[in-house]
Amino acid sequence: MKTYTNTGNKDTRSGFGAGLTELGKTNENVVALCADLIGSLKMDEFKANHPERFFQVGIAEANMIGLAAGMTIGGKIPFTGTFANFSTGRVYDQIRQSVAYSDKNVKICASHAGLTLGEDGATHQILEDIGLMKMLPGMTVINTCDFNQTKAATIAIADHHGPVYLRFGRPKVANFTPENQTFEIGKAVLLTEGNDVTIVATGHLVWEALEAAKTLHDKGISAEVINIHTIKPLDDKAIIDSVSKTGCIITAEEHNHLGGLGESVARVLAKHHPTPQEFVATNDTFGESGTPAQLMEKYGLNANAIIKAAETVLKRKN
Amino acid sequence: MPNTQQLQDLTTQVRRDILRMVHKVNSGHPGGSLGCAEFFVTLYQEIMDRKDTFDMDGIGEDLFFLSNGHISPVFYSVLARSGYFPVDELNTFRLINSRLQGHPTTHEGLPGVRVASGSLGQGFSVALGAAEAKKLNNDTHLVYSLHGDGELQEGQNWEGIMYAAANNVDNIISTIDLNGQQIDGSTDDVLPMGSVRAKFEAFGWIVVDIENGNDIAAILEGMAKAKSLSGKGKPVCVLLKTVMGNGVDFMMHTHAWHGKAPNDEQLAIGLAQNTETLGDY
Repeated sequence: MKTYTNTGNKDTRSGFGAGLTELGKTNENVVALCADLIGSLKMDEFKANHPERFFQVGIAEANMIGLAAGMTIGGKIPFTGTFANFSTGRVYDQIRQSVAYSDKNVKICASHAGLTLGEDGATHQILEDIGLMKMLPGMTVINTCDFNQTKAATIAIADHHGPVYLRFGRPKVANFTPENQTFEIGKAVLLTEGNDVTIVATGHLVWEALEAAKTLHDKGISAEVINIHTIKPLDDKAIIDSVSKTGCIITAEEHNHLGGLGESVARVLAKHHPTPQEFVATNDTFGESGTPAQLMEKYGLNANAIIKAAETVLKRKN
Repeated sequence: MPNTQQLQDLTTQVRRDILRMVHKVNSGHPGGSLGCAEFFVTLYQEIMDRKDTFDMDGIGEDLFFLSNGHISPVFYSVLARSGYFPVDELNTFRLINSRLQGHPTTHEGLPGVRVASGSLGQGFSVALGAAEAKKLNNDTHLVYSLHGDGELQEGQNWEGIMYAAANNVDNIISTIDLNGQQIDGSTDDVLPMGSVRAKFEAFGWIVVDIENGNDIAAILEGMAKAKSLSGKGKPVCVLLKTVMGNGVDFMMHTHAWHGKAPNDEQLAIGLAQNTETLGDY
């Protein structure tokens, strides 16, 4: 099977920062807004390079979203930066009316998503944001898996007209996708080919899926791993093509099983190709304080959980 | 010097439009719309420097944002009568497949509207963003916005109001419609706001009063003063004292007609008090 090499752990939020720095040089219409989290969002370099295009709004996320919507009137491409919780749940109505319904070209960039935020605990660990955002008509929803992909996605969304939710995280994780890749919104990436089970993963769970596939391979199970970085619009064809071959599927995400990637995949399959599916996701619960690794183990969001899910779904296949 | 009689005639016609629009669909918000008729007419006819055609970016012209979107009848009437879309389209207000939704939106592509509003308290932020974009584009035109007084109870406003002064957004003139009424009663009964002037001043804004916000000459004078105070490092706020339901005697000085349409008989009385000037749609 095809294997991937971790070129060194890096945080996805730094990929966002690097992408934004690049955009600052190449696209003069790109502006950035931040709600008192410049360091956490890695926006320092953009701010230093382009102080006139950087807007510190203070701890006022609702105003930040509205400002961003207004800045599009006049041709600017605003990138807002704060934690995922404050990027979505806190400002849902502002995004709904001033951005999505108004079709404003705002890029909502959200760090510290999910349990891997770690010790800060459940107040900050949003596990509902993919669901919230994918329900908004016209909203593109992206959850990147590593530094390189996050950088590429940040650059790519500037050229896409329309609102985008870009979700990434805090911890340093494996960096394994190609440097300077071209990011294609809505196009799934086939990572390993396999015949027995499909594993569709997003965000931090993509690397875990690859680790799981190695163990499954050793057990004689051939897993096909697909990186679904774009949850909306979903690459229906990639999913249907894969399960047509394997006959069963696991979805893996750092999100509630209600409203996440898994439900989007289930909708596609129920309509076009009913298939046994297992969900690696949180089970309608809040998180808690702990290290990222402890939390991912406790809430069943790692390679071990994917392996167990594979064994379960394979039994359901026949 | 503008011809105030022409503006007055247009205002009377706008009042008729408002009454007929909400009556036809037995829904909508006539009270605040009537109270702001003089303001809208004066703003669009005399105050703003506008292009003849509409484009979303609005570079090289003044912009207007309506934050209290429920007074869409007055907004639509004045937009139509200022040439943004055919006056006959007012017939479609709140009907299915119309561009004239219950609350204004860009979603159906109605010329003259640059953002959706209706869920209250979001207009300050959007208008400030547009003002910041104008600065980035070296566009010296102004951004105008209108907000209800009850709407100031929404917290997001104060985030924007604080941001504006802190960042010297001095190319915005935001008007507060001080009619003292909201859905459940007077603003003093529902959630007393104290001195709106003192609040804006404390937040670093320049404040201009228009004591009679239903008098065209007073609006002209007040808005000219506001304009002269723009570009001086501070945002400018206009406190426009209006009478809800102005021009239709039984709708005045009460919150009762905030979101209620007149019946046939009430419409006839209202229209009789505002005789046709420029022709009904």
